[in-house]
Amino acid sequence: MRIGVFFETYRGEEQLWDSPAAKAWLALFALAMLLLPWWGSDYIVAMACIVGIHLVATLGLNITTGGAGLISLSHAAFMGVGCYAVSWFARWGLPFYLALPLAGMLAALIGMLVGLPSLRVKGMYFAIATLAAHFVLGFLFREWTPVTGGPRGVTIPPASLFGLELTGDRRMFYLIYACALALGIAAANLGRSYVGRAFIAVRDRDISAEILGVDLLRTKVLAFMTGAFYAGVAGGLLGYFYGAITSEYFTFSLSVFYLAAIIVGGMGRVLGSVLGAVFMTLVPECLRLLSSATSAWMPSLANLLLPMGQVVFGLLIIGFLILEPHGLAQIWARIRRTFHLWPFRT
Amino acid sequence: MTDFYIFLEFTLLGLLSSGVAALIALSFVLVYKGTRVVNFAAGEVMMLGAYCYYTAAALWHWPPVLALLAALAAVAVVSTCIEALVLRALAGQPTISILMATIGLASLLHGAVEIAWGQDPLETPALLPRMPLNFGEVMIPGAAIGNFLLAAALIAALVAFFRYTQTGIAMRATASDPVTAATLGVDIRSSQRLTWILSGTTGTVAGALIAGAGSVSPALASTALSVFAVVILGGLDSVAGVILASLIVGWLESLTVGYVGGKMRDVFPYLVVLVILVVRPHGLLGTREIERL
Amino acid sequence: MNAAPPGVELAVEGIRVSFGGLHALRGVSLRAPAGRITAVIGPNGAGKTSLFNAISGFYKPSAGRVLLGDADITATPVHARAAMGLARTFQNVALFRGLSVLQNIKLGGHHAMRSGMLACMLAAPGARREELALRDEVEDRVIDFLELDSVRHKPVEMLSYGLQKRVELARGLAMRPRVLLLDEPVAGMNREETEDMARYILDVQEEWGVTVVLVEHDMGMVMDISHHVAVLNFGELIAQGAPADVARHPEVVRAYLGGEVAAP
Repeated sequence: MRIGVFFETYRGEEQLWDSPAAKAWLALFALAMLLLPWWGSDYIVAMACIVGIHLVATLGLNITTGGAGLISLSHAAFMGVGCYAVSWFARWGLPFYLALPLAGMLAALIGMLVGLPSLRVKGMYFAIATLAAHFVLGFLFREWTPVTGGPRGVTIPPASLFGLELTGDRRMFYLIYACALALGIAAANLGRSYVGRAFIAVRDRDISAEILGVDLLRTKVLAFMTGAFYAGVAGGLLGYFYGAITSEYFTFSLSVFYLAAIIVGGMGRVLGSVLGAVFMTLVPECLRLLSSATSAWMPSLANLLLPMGQVVFGLLIIGFLILEPHGLAQIWARIRRTFHLWPFRT
Repeated sequence: MTDFYIFLEFTLLGLLSSGVAALIALSFVLVYKGTRVVNFAAGEVMMLGAYCYYTAAALWHWPPVLALLAALAAVAVVSTCIEALVLRALAGQPTISILMATIGLASLLHGAVEIAWGQDPLETPALLPRMPLNFGEVMIPGAAIGNFLLAAALIAALVAFFRYTQTGIAMRATASDPVTAATLGVDIRSSQRLTWILSGTTGTVAGALIAGAGSVSPALASTALSVFAVVILGGLDSVAGVILASLIVGWLESLTVGYVGGKMRDVFPYLVVLVILVVRPHGLLGTREIERL
Repeated sequence: MNAAPPGVELAVEGIRVSFGGLHALRGVSLRAPAGRITAVIGPNGAGKTSLFNAISGFYKPSAGRVLLGDADITATPVHARAAMGLARTFQNVALFRGLSVLQNIKLGGHHAMRSGMLACMLAAPGARREELALRDEVEDRVIDFLELDSVRHKPVEMLSYGLQKRVELARGLAMRPRVLLLDEPVAGMNREETEDMARYILDVQEEWGVTVVLVEHDMGMVMDISHHVAVLNFGELIAQGAPADVARHPEVVRAYLGGEVAAP
């Protein structure tokens, strides 16, 4: 806890940002982000957009897996659902502020269909069920041509706000981060509410949770649906951002990517989602830079980006689980505590 | 009558191919029964075994049996490393952590294999002779029968090992109650290590058989993912269930592919999984767990 | 703030629980009088925890009924019993490791929360009010009562065993129970901790009026604080009544000591 920060009401103690210093830092950070499209280069803005999309998806997985302990391997498939949904909604003329939530809800609905039967039994069966769901959905993405365009995919018309078309990274940046901000605050609010506590209870000891009155099936399905909603919205944003998408994007590797993001970042915490999304987006970028830097004397490296990525994801997951299971958020918290207590040690 | 012969051909093919599927499923069940770990990397270990066999048989030109032994040795080493480095280190953590670690492991192995051997399919010499056999109007590739017999022999050997040998019984003891087994003098560590090695070798034999049927490629791992259908249908901890389930799934898959089309091969096992989870989650012969509070 | 409603009688009639060939409970009937402390005792394996599991709803009895006051709860699902006023602690502490003491205790109030999930995520005023009201109640009625203020923000895994057991009791109290089942509340505690816990349990019964049913091996504590004692052996009830009477009952003596003993 920070030195010198005291509260006289419970309300004060339970706020999201609990001290003047935290609020000040946050304001500075918000200002920097707001102005990013001005001071950032094209590359930085594009990367920031991708981080934002990953952030929305990671927030969702962190509710399902990090919060309620349900291992979902179908997160990428739900993003696909959201993306294809948005392509249809946008073509029917729906504005983005209707298309995105609806896409999320469609993904959540499919989540409910998958979750209701498979959440009645033990956790690993659920993981396998999400694996199966991922491949069945992937099959539909590839084969159901009238709806998904088959292997050639679909195009998504740009989002528009009061007639202003949101084309280009700099405009999409604001849409993406508006969504990320709203959904991030929602996730944080969930964490300090009784529903969020129930998720963690179900994760840690579901028998005790039941005794306390937690309806296990309903709670687990709710957690899964929420994660799917976030993935659907992320998929929709992806669609608006790229303008066109094919089924090849939503691979099993992508689901593993998000799993790595929550493990590396820190499970169950919004800060963990932020750190995880940023870190994991940097990984393929670093690999790409590495392969172009060494392209002179190791030209074949460029072809191996995908498998190299897989190796790195795997190493990150295993490494963090062994060395720092609470992720970067824990490391960050430790550094913060040292600063707050300085010059004292404990 | 040709309709009947077509049906018979599909049926036989399906049943025979189930042998290999049973081996992969068995590698999964062994680890689960032995260490309570759900090994999402089972397919990747099998793939690694297949590629090692390829290297020995096709690149170094060793005779098939020797190549298989080399692959078994290599995978045994890798399995030992996995058990020591990853699972030992995660011993106290909750089950979801270990599950996620095996997912990470799968990703790691898949990427490593692709880096080492490339993405393209590689022709592999057969482990067993490939001559088609004709039973009247029904044609069966000889490899199918050979694979099935080898798989059946290996499974029978494993069952006998667990039932009749000292080591096998010790491993079963470790699986059901490690603490008590330890107090009775069983070496828990080596039991668990042996479980992983056995699992790896079963997967390797399956991999070599599949490879020998044509070629190896990274797609092999996805074929192995379909083993989940077998495992779920049979029951995660039942060897008999897995054998029965692989016969059923193999038969159904062959019929589906034969009558409906090749594309369904990819998605069929997953549909099976979803259906079973709705209807009877603990599979045909798995135990419904009663929890002691 | 609502006071907890007074305790009601808990009764089981003819409960049978078996696992395959193992008969854990063979037709047990007993009554725990309302607002009093009842102890269920018996040698190991007598079926005490099975009885609690049957009352909680984890074991479906093959015969018999469980009655909470006037209501037959035999068929009620486990999670619905909390709202009916049934609370329980566990033999091995079953706190949620990912949460602090305060958050664990707040979970006791789960069954009474009514805000929708969306309202929570949007921090709607109604949802925040409900959450803060829960905080107020938990602090005033439970944390103060069990003297847990100094550790309320600590992660539960950092607490001593005795404190963890107290937190578990606190969580049970936060459920505003009418019947509180305590499964070996002083197991593994030293003399001092046992006395503290016994005092808390007595306070709970006296001030809150809750019906307390406890399973315990510590005979000293049982005889000191219980109003009513039931003795199980091999899945059957062999004696029921006031502590002093039960202690002298020849069946009970035989069950514990295995032979005839001259009456004191």
